[in-house]
Amino acid sequence: MSNALIPSWTGFLRGDGRKGVRNLVLIIYTVECAKFVAHSIAAGEDDVHVIGFPGCYDNQYAVRMMLSLGRHPNVGAVLAVGLGCEYTRPDRIAETIASSDRPAEWFRIQDAGGTRSSIEQGKRIVLRMRDHIREATPRVPMRLADLTIGAECGGSDGTSGLAGNPVVGRVFDRVVDAGGTAIFEETVEMIGLKSIILARAAHDTARSQLEAAYEKAVRYCEDVRQFSVAPGNFAGGLSTIEEKSMGAFAKGGSQPLQGVIRVSQRPPSPGLWILDSVPDSHFMQFGYTNPNDTEGIMDLIAAGAQVVLFVTGRGSVIGSPIAPLVKVTGNSRTFERMSDDMDYDAGKVLSGDQTLDEAGDALLALITRVAAGQMSKPEALGHREYFVMYKHQDTPPLEVGCRA
Amino acid sequence: MSRAFKIHAADNVATLLADVSAGAAVHVLGESTRNLVARDQIMLGHKLALTPIGAGETVIKFGVAIGCATRDIAEGEWVHLHNLASAFDHRSKTLDVETGAATDTKYE
Repeated sequence: MSNALIPSWTGFLRGDGRKGVRNLVLIIYTVECAKFVAHSIAAGEDDVHVIGFPGCYDNQYAVRMMLSLGRHPNVGAVLAVGLGCEYTRPDRIAETIASSDRPAEWFRIQDAGGTRSSIEQGKRIVLRMRDHIREATPRVPMRLADLTIGAECGGSDGTSGLAGNPVVGRVFDRVVDAGGTAIFEETVEMIGLKSIILARAAHDTARSQLEAAYEKAVRYCEDVRQFSVAPGNFAGGLSTIEEKSMGAFAKGGSQPLQGVIRVSQRPPSPGLWILDSVPDSHFMQFGYTNPNDTEGIMDLIAAGAQVVLFVTGRGSVIGSPIAPLVKVTGNSRTFERMSDDMDYDAGKVLSGDQTLDEAGDALLALITRVAAGQMSKPEALGHREYFVMYKHQDTPPLEVGCRA
Repeated sequence: MSRAFKIHAADNVATLLADVSAGAAVHVLGESTRNLVARDQIMLGHKLALTPIGAGETVIKFGVAIGCATRDIAEGEWVHLHNLASAFDHRSKTLDVETGAATDTKYE
């Protein structure tokens, strides 16, 4: 691409130097009991989003994820809302996020006096913060090099590996070529492809990370006797996890793999990365890997993706908070049946109306329009699904025995 | 004529780009071009065998092994859960062939 054709748009500069494509207030609730109040505070406000954790007992993985989401470049300010009994501390969440140089406040519902007064207090805080970030956030030029893009697939069918995912792969190649960052996950959908994945490693360190992540994914699926294939995948023509894997892996394009990040980590350098969301071995076997599509999308957003692509052959009606979700299908029948929900029809590749390269260029153009502020279909419909679960990953060994 | 796509030269199955009924001719495009007759009704996104595949032989798509034939498969036959099994996933053998629905969870 010549310089004149390199897309650029205006984004939002955060105090930590990162750039966002949206300027949102995020409400984080710290236990299921605070969920109703949190959603009531956000009700009716397009640019106030909600995430939260349902458990009363806290979980290191979930806390890391909430902090990553609160410091996401699309988020300008945060309100943490707790009930008051739970382990997860809204005060610590707000303080930690505030240290990333964005406004963050908190309160507990039990202190505020109940549902009505908490909603009123929350709305006052959120509207004040929103006015502030609208006014005070510097606008800066952004290019593909400033973008971290994620891709997930769900509701896959026989078209996903032929059209939807390969078109996303072309977009990944272009973003990485331009100096940007691209992340995909679902190591449980790489099963059967070990030698192909290892051959894509950029260097020996990446190769050993990929091998460890691959082996863990196989072991995990065997242990829980559940591979990452669902009834709809089979109905759509996919017969085995190996077949689904090869289709899913196509969304990674053709660039070298720089390594493996874990949930809530950001890629340490630009390029193409794999995200490992499989739980580590633990005495409680916390967490199911990829229990639904929303979990994977949240992982990608927690890794810093400002825009996420979702490839679905059979169709899906989810969206996401924080980062806009752009829906791609390789199945033109699905695109027509669910046109309110689908952003891009990659099925034109299968009908012969477009080449993969043309489809990749068109999808990239759509992504840059969304980055510049155009609402994606799920975003415009008001979809803001989120999922923060109990999981055990990469935490130090538990202390055993009595404390002195 | 319905079309099917052969992704890789080594593949012994092709993916249907539209629904096809039993006995209908299918035009295969992609890595090689030919016509053959579908022996079964096969839906968009599903696979048909491009050659006879013997029980125990590897089924290949994208140029990689996607599982093993669990019985002899004739050219033009639908290739799915009833005649193809993953080397990794054993639960999928218990699923309903048409819908993929789970049959091993009790609702009682």
